Amino acid sequence: MTDKLSKTQDAPAKGTVPMVRAQGVHKSFGHVEVLKGIDLEVKPGEVFCLIGPSGSGKSTFLRCINHLEKINAGRLYVDGELVGYRQQGDKLYELRDREVAMKRRDIGMVFQRFNLFPHMTALENVMEAPVQVKGASRSQAKERAMQLLDRVGLGDRAGHYPSQLSGGQQQRVAIARALAMDPKLMLFDEPTSALDPELVGDVLDVMRDLAESGMTMVVVTHEMGFAREVGDSLVFMDGGVVVESGNPRDVLTNPQHERTQSFLSKVL
Amino acid sequence: MTDIDKTAEPADTPVAGAEAIKAIPVRHYGRYVAAVIAIAILVAIIYAFGQGKINWNAVPDYFFDDRIMTGVSKTLLLTVLSMLIGIVGGILLAVMRLSKNPVTSSIAWFYIWFFRGTPVLVQLFLWFNLGLVFEYINLMPFYKDYWSNFMTPLLTALLGLGLNEAAYMAEICRAGLLAVDEGQTEAAHALGMSHSKTLRRVVIPQAMRVIVPPTGNEVINMLKTTSLVAAVQYPELFRYAQDIGQNSGAPVEMYFLAAAWYLIMTSVLSVGQYYIERYYARGSSRQLPPTPWQKVKANMLSLGRPKGAVGA
Repeated sequence: MTDKLSKTQDAPAKGTVPMVRAQGVHKSFGHVEVLKGIDLEVKPGEVFCLIGPSGSGKSTFLRCINHLEKINAGRLYVDGELVGYRQQGDKLYELRDREVAMKRRDIGMVFQRFNLFPHMTALENVMEAPVQVKGASRSQAKERAMQLLDRVGLGDRAGHYPSQLSGGQQQRVAIARALAMDPKLMLFDEPTSALDPELVGDVLDVMRDLAESGMTMVVVTHEMGFAREVGDSLVFMDGGVVVESGNPRDVLTNPQHERTQSFLSKVL
Repeated sequence: MTDIDKTAEPADTPVAGAEAIKAIPVRHYGRYVAAVIAIAILVAIIYAFGQGKINWNAVPDYFFDDRIMTGVSKTLLLTVLSMLIGIVGGILLAVMRLSKNPVTSSIAWFYIWFFRGTPVLVQLFLWFNLGLVFEYINLMPFYKDYWSNFMTPLLTALLGLGLNEAAYMAEICRAGLLAVDEGQTEAAHALGMSHSKTLRRVVIPQAMRVIVPPTGNEVINMLKTTSLVAAVQYPELFRYAQDIGQNSGAPVEMYFLAAAWYLIMTSVLSVGQYYIERYYARGSSRQLPPTPWQKVKANMLSLGRPKGAVGA
């Protein structure tokens, strides 16, 4: 983990390649246009928060980053490479499933509803991808998985099935599972929205710890406190467009746009 | 979670000093009447069979007869092979139906439509009588033979039962695959797993929980349906029992004998199904139900202790 971190921390010094770059990203489901031209940049090592009312397109945008959704127009790059396509000249070629899978290895994702594999124990959940995707040996993967479970404070729950864990514990296992692939980017899709209020804190602690270790994170969230304390950048989305962006402390305390003001007045 | 439960619990225990409820329970007279009628009918049936001239001794005499044993083994063989064809074909058809390729999915739809929509006995006779329209079979470079040599009674039976079963298994498998939450596929994809790996490691193990119980029913059903192939000249349990019955002059007794063997086999299969279901239920419930053997052990340990002391 540590050598991995130093690499990501070097990156900004080295250069100009943003971890995520969106240029005029459009996405429609049938006739409903969900994203109407998103432009933004996530710098390496940054905690990037996306806030906004439900239906504003923030989760959809997040899912576009690892190609769970295909975009209809614009360009989306992760670490300088086009997501889901290969460009040769002015022609775009769709990537094969195998190539898409290859790129997803480097992008961890945490879901609102955890989506742990219910037929595997916590330990097996964390070991699954390294063994099956990266071809790591079971013993190596197990050792690493135990480290990660310890890190999220669940070393003693390794043998439990997801149904035997609380929501907060499941979400922390899900974070450990994503980290097991040593991603360079972590996507969080409202990771605390499905949790009892008293369990939210544990998950946010793990995310805070992860942010301090230098992980690049894109976080869709309703936790304004987390955004203010941990976030490096913040974007307020509404109706499929970016309404306002900037430093979280500025935007949250002194929103410029009227729509942001009315949203925050209801949430805070 | 648990903390909340604990605080909620005391509400159930009565407040000290409150008067306990001692009410006279409602009498359900209808239940007594129903029980009396049911028992009366049962007794009448038993009496009727007692009056019949049934030579019960013939049943144990022939129970382990060589022909019956051959019949049992052939019935089992037929069940296993037909189910194998059914399951493999069913998985294939389910995948075809769920595929994005419109050609394969409509072919699968058509297959299921045909084989589910026609009686299995009709299908058996169709396979059996194909020899009337085909003189020989010619699989160009591989195989060439007279139809009558190729289409043996066993193959007729297997094709009839297996291909029909595949249509039912396809629907069972499809329902199982569709029952797995889409979030599971997304999570697996997000981890960089390929489609086939996602299917094999994540979706199918969870689909099995939905697939296994109806498949167990199908096996039991198949075991009974094999008796139909007596009609296409393949000798199995029912056919042998029928033959013996006609030769020994005890046809009804031999049908009882066959019924007893079918019951024994289906009962054994039901036990097997219980354990397979239990295996695939892991992770889906907090605590697996104990196996009968575990229950026996727990009961023996709890002997002599007051009831309720063994909570778990």
